[in-house]
Amino acid sequence: MATPLMEMDNIKKNFGPVIALGGVSFDIYAGECHCLLGDNGAGKSTFIKTMSGVHKPTGGVMRVNGKEVSFATPRDAMTAGIATVYQDLAMIPLMSVTRNFWMGREPRKGFGPFKWIDFKTANRITFEEMARMGINLREADQAVGTLSGGERQSVAIARAVHFGAKVLILDEPTSALGVRQTSNVLATIDRVRKAGIGVVFITHNVRHAMAVGDRFTVLNRGQTHGTAMRGDIKPEELQDLMAGGQELAELEGSLGGTI
Amino acid sequence: MTDERLKQVSSLRRAMIRPELGAICGAILVFVFFLMIAGDSGMFAPEGIKNWTVVSAQFAIIAVGACLLMIAGEFDLSVGSMIGFSGVVIAILSVHMGWPVWAAIIAAFVIAMAIGALNGFLVIKTGLPSFIVTLAFLYILRGLTIWLSITTTRQTIIGGVKEAAVGDPLAFLFGGVIFKDLFQWFGDMGWVGTFTRGTRAGQPIVEGIPMLVVWAIVLVIFGHFLLTRTRFGNWIFAAGGDAKAARYVGVPVDRVKILMFMFTAFCATVFATCQVMEFGSAAADRGLLKEFEAIICVVIGGALLTGGYGSVIGAALGALIFGVVQQGLFFAGAESSLFRVFLGTILILAVIMNTYIRRMITGER
Repeated sequence: MATPLMEMDNIKKNFGPVIALGGVSFDIYAGECHCLLGDNGAGKSTFIKTMSGVHKPTGGVMRVNGKEVSFATPRDAMTAGIATVYQDLAMIPLMSVTRNFWMGREPRKGFGPFKWIDFKTANRITFEEMARMGINLREADQAVGTLSGGERQSVAIARAVHFGAKVLILDEPTSALGVRQTSNVLATIDRVRKAGIGVVFITHNVRHAMAVGDRFTVLNRGQTHGTAMRGDIKPEELQDLMAGGQELAELEGSLGGTI
Repeated sequence: MTDERLKQVSSLRRAMIRPELGAICGAILVFVFFLMIAGDSGMFAPEGIKNWTVVSAQFAIIAVGACLLMIAGEFDLSVGSMIGFSGVVIAILSVHMGWPVWAAIIAAFVIAMAIGALNGFLVIKTGLPSFIVTLAFLYILRGLTIWLSITTTRQTIIGGVKEAAVGDPLAFLFGGVIFKDLFQWFGDMGWVGTFTRGTRAGQPIVEGIPMLVVWAIVLVIFGHFLLTRTRFGNWIFAAGGDAKAARYVGVPVDRVKILMFMFTAFCATVFATCQVMEFGSAAADRGLLKEFEAIICVVIGGALLTGGYGSVIGAALGALIFGVVQQGLFFAGAESSLFRVFLGTILILAVIMNTYIRRMITGER
């Protein structure tokens, strides 16, 4: 197989005496959707924050395209093509879609020190990118607050793709969404993957993971329990791995296998 | 994804969610009101217009700074103390220490902006609310101002700046009057009243446009352009809208906030310098309560106290409403204490309306 877009090798992260990650290995190839599953407190957030440059790992090696890297800030990770879409921090609701889309990278025109945002271009590109994601905006300067949760995730994904993300990390993009919005976001993930981008999909919902995932890695109490290919593993097994097996099996019995 | 349940947005509703709307309606109402009750009192004669224009311009200068800072998600309660402080610095350096006035003015701006930066730095580094940090500076600066003034000159009012400022290029920029010839011509044409007796006989009562008003207009235009048209303006909205989300996409939130604290200090110093040049003196108690008046102007102008939303034009209209009402009640012969009743009432109405507008934008119920 080719070199992975990004490789996390035996990553450790301690917060004082707490071991949040105890040696996690994970990789992502172009055009695949690699699901990272785990229950609350399993270390998913710590792991993706390490991937995206928010935290520095205590130990282990990170490689992008086979080369060892170290990110000082989220900006460094973004420059390396690692983009992260956070569940609730994706967008600023009071600002327009265009302003959100271009935040931090506003296109400008003007002369010398007098530069202003080229809103005509910005609005046009925003409109086109949104249409490509299947969202028809009424107008590009409508506030993000008027969009649904799923649409906000899609705007954030479109933004990351437009700015050249090679690896797209999605932090629980579906956990707060309804059924229809979830399927929209899952469809968006599929579209992004087909464009050759590596998608890291973090979730604790096995059904959502099964819908789009190519590979699955389960994180539990700061450890991985290995990576499985699609078709090699059944949803029930994933669920068991996430919960650490035993207790959930008992619970599931009493709930009639509905979780 | 088109949603058939989404109602077509009426243009009225779209106009409603402009931050300035409340202030525009307010300004129209205030003018209509005073035209009715004080139309023949001289309030709308040239001299009356100059009177409330100057007062409104004073509010506007500090409101622009407070507005951008509030949109960036922070407050500055030390504006009033900063006005007193900068004025006394100018007076001490020029009158007491014998510096040229232009050097004293530049020094005041540098010191004030350094204190603004310190305010911002403390807010960012400690993570404390700016309300507390700048409240501390409200007291620190006021105390320092009185102490400085008394230890150097043994009094809290320092005069003699006007004499020191004669012919000073920078002093004219703050205390001068422009378009004198035009207004002289207005006077000759009889459009503006002229003095009939004394040494100034034949000169127009309103001699021109004070630089204070020019500063207000320039700052409002600059602030509006910066906020709505530039990349930095987008970062101001982002810093106040959600600092964490902004940081994650690479917006230098700390830098934006510290620069806005410095800009607020700059505006306070512009105000102080204009005042010192006009009165020819500085006093340690100048600028009292100005921080709240600035915030009121900004809120009337449609900005949210929580940051991330607002308009400089709105804040300027808020300043206009403020100035017109304060002076209008005087022209109308109303009890001046009623002004504060009005202020409190309009503040509450403005905040209620802004909260409602925010719900409309974000779709909260």
